[in-house]
Amino acid sequence: MAETHEGAHEGVHRHPAPTGFIRKYIFSLDHKVIGIQYIMLALAAVIVGMIMSLLMRLNLSWPGTHWPVLETLFPTGAPGGIMNPEFYLSLVTMHGTIMVFFVLTTAPQGGFGNYFLPIQIGAEDMAFPVLNMMSFWVTFVGFIVILLAIVVEGNHAIGEWFGATLGTSFAGGSGTVGPIGGWTGYAPLSALGKIAGPGQGAGMNLWVMSIAIFCIGSLLGALNFITTLLNMRTKGMSLMRMPLTCWAWFTTAVLALLSFPVLLGGGILLLLDRIAHTSFFIPGGLYLTGVLSGTSSNFPLHTGGSPILWQHLFWFFGHPEVYIAILPGMGATSHILATFARKPVFGYRAMVFAIFAIGLLGFFVWGHHMFISGMSPYSAIAFSVLTLSIGVPSAVKTFNWIGTLWGSRIRFTTAMLFALGFVSLFVAGGITGLILGQSSLDLPMHDTYIVTAHFHLVMGVASIFGMFAATYFWFPKMFGRLMNETIGKIHFWVTFVGVYAIFMPMHVMGLVGMPRRYSQFTEYAFLANTHSLVLFVSVAAIITIGVQFLFYFNVFWSMFKGEKAGDNPWEATTLEWNTTTPPPHDNFAGVLPTVHHGPYEFAVPGAPRDYVMQTDVDVEVPSGNGHNGHKH
Amino acid sequence: MATMVTSTKTTRKTSPGGGPKIPGRNGNGSKRHDGFPNPDLHANRYRIGMWVGLASVAMMFTSLSSAYIVRSASSNDWIALPMPRVLLASTALILSSSATLEVARRKLKAALSGPYSQWLFVTVVLGIAFLGLQIVAWRQLARQGIYVASNPHSSFFYLLTGAHAVHLIGGLLGLTFLWLRSRRQEIAQALMAKRRAATDAVTIYWHFMDALWIYLFLLLFLWR
Repeated sequence: MAETHEGAHEGVHRHPAPTGFIRKYIFSLDHKVIGIQYIMLALAAVIVGMIMSLLMRLNLSWPGTHWPVLETLFPTGAPGGIMNPEFYLSLVTMHGTIMVFFVLTTAPQGGFGNYFLPIQIGAEDMAFPVLNMMSFWVTFVGFIVILLAIVVEGNHAIGEWFGATLGTSFAGGSGTVGPIGGWTGYAPLSALGKIAGPGQGAGMNLWVMSIAIFCIGSLLGALNFITTLLNMRTKGMSLMRMPLTCWAWFTTAVLALLSFPVLLGGGILLLLDRIAHTSFFIPGGLYLTGVLSGTSSNFPLHTGGSPILWQHLFWFFGHPEVYIAILPGMGATSHILATFARKPVFGYRAMVFAIFAIGLLGFFVWGHHMFISGMSPYSAIAFSVLTLSIGVPSAVKTFNWIGTLWGSRIRFTTAMLFALGFVSLFVAGGITGLILGQSSLDLPMHDTYIVTAHFHLVMGVASIFGMFAATYFWFPKMFGRLMNETIGKIHFWVTFVGVYAIFMPMHVMGLVGMPRRYSQFTEYAFLANTHSLVLFVSVAAIITIGVQFLFYFNVFWSMFKGEKAGDNPWEATTLEWNTTTPPPHDNFAGVLPTVHHGPYEFAVPGAPRDYVMQTDVDVEVPSGNGHNGHKH
Repeated sequence: MATMVTSTKTTRKTSPGGGPKIPGRNGNGSKRHDGFPNPDLHANRYRIGMWVGLASVAMMFTSLSSAYIVRSASSNDWIALPMPRVLLASTALILSSSATLEVARRKLKAALSGPYSQWLFVTVVLGIAFLGLQIVAWRQLARQGIYVASNPHSSFFYLLTGAHAVHLIGGLLGLTFLWLRSRRQEIAQALMAKRRAATDAVTIYWHFMDALWIYLFLLLFLWR
């Protein structure tokens, strides 16, 4: 084979292909299996999160309606089939936590990153396969612990069922499905323990522990990603020849490596406040449910703590976290746009620097989540200016995506549609970031539905669209079969229209002044006119959630019955399309490839095909082509 | 101009002996394949991984330190701890353990596996002694009635020393692992590179734990 280096690098796979079921599919060291495990974890978690959002919508749009099923399942949380506010708040908390941590962080990075980063840089596996396996299983334990937070709050069907299985009873629980602090877990509410209300006892402890466990899992993963990318690239895979997906995963790993430890530190302090009765976040002189701090055994003495300190620690992690969710989607989108536009990515270098700029700036803007915390206006201006400056690299990316599409003959596959949808949602959701990022505008809009709309569009749905695009794009490589395009296109159009129908009206609600996290709005005269909008959003949400089951069907049906895919069904250029489908245990069957070209050499003048694979030899690519930033 | 560029390329060494590695023409991407697979480079991942991991450890202690600084300035319930004198002894122990580990690492570099093993053992003993003295310090404070929740300074003292101890135990496990491995005498050349890399990685970690302790000691008893 002329394409590979002259036998210089025989297979050095450090662990032989396993044979038993357990070593092959459960405790596997293979980054591909681990990637699929992460994706499966996310697919399971997203169902839980989606059902919770559905329940919230039912409560918001049909207030006072008796839902017999709720009464059966949650007799305490929804007495008479009507949710009480605490139950609703626990849904808000768990929906946010599960979606942010176990879906938006696991699938893009742990899932697709794990599967494709080593292949795309021409490595036989991750640098530390055992660590890779551990990072998945630690994350899995974190997921189990967050589900236990639902169980221990007991007094509902789920708690009873598990209680019966485990031989105990959770009848003493509050009847909620977890803590009621929101995914941000603001102190002092989250720090006080059971006295602070339903779900704040054992449920909150498990919530904090789950997040701490998740932090550890993510750190192990990030360490592995960075080392792999720095040390395991194959011959010729220079940094500027890496696909943009690899740059995105690498930057994401750096963000995770530096931000998760801060959350871990904050989580330890919070847990100490709750369990060891320290006062890191709890101020003195608190008076709760008729009890003064220090006068009762279940409300020990607290003095002098700072609730704002928790906000700083949380958001120092929390803001990079939103980029952890979306950067892999940006990488996948760039990759897929170029492939189906049959053009090189416009301004490859600018794209790389924009990813890094977004990641770097992401560490200096956490204060924009805290404009109403009483911070000095001078700090607010600094955070505001830094926040708005993220608009620059974001715009660079957006214009380069448009530049990539400009004048191209687009192949409208489902993957391409979702990538285009990503660009659309990123712009639509990002533009309100420029509004909310200004402290003076944020003051009235803070904690209204406009914030909900903003972050759901840009961090939630856009990232999910990136992952949908990635799924449709890489599925044939992972499972050897194509996903059904007809179902895929129905899935895309209903989802695309659906998410706009859900989140666009929320901007209006926010401008009217509708606050986040309230369980009902019937008592507020100034919100009376918004009810039809609320109803509209709920109907759109139900339809959009419904169509996601088409996606699930498509994934599992196509795994077994889909049309067989060749090694390179999309005529793409990067290394994963250069190996067999699905890739062998060591990715390249013993001989690592040698890279001769940049990642997006499409439409090369004089080349035999309209694309030049990274491994192709005997093809001259003029220096003006591809990623040197020239016009072509 | 063109000739100048060419001449720099030809003089570039691709596999220097010791010291920091000179990057290949194409970044790391080309280094691994210049000639036969270089086990030393392959083993390099342990050193890189360790530095990357330490960045995250550093970030966690940074977050705790920033909490310490903010909390110490934010209220009037801060009561400074009396410094347990035994901490001076534990500081001396961990400093000397860094020195003995460095000696061990150099013995390995000089291919003296016997002394390497012995110095490793001394380091493990010193590390365990350090942990023992930390426990003594905790017990001394507890005997004076100073517990985790007594006041913010004591909370941070137990938290920071405890978190440091947990990380130190990780280092001790690494050292013990190296010591057990070092007693196996005859090993292949490729394994030797791996052993050197693993020793380097553990040494980096241990020195970091040493520096971290000095930093925490100064923060706890000199900052406020």
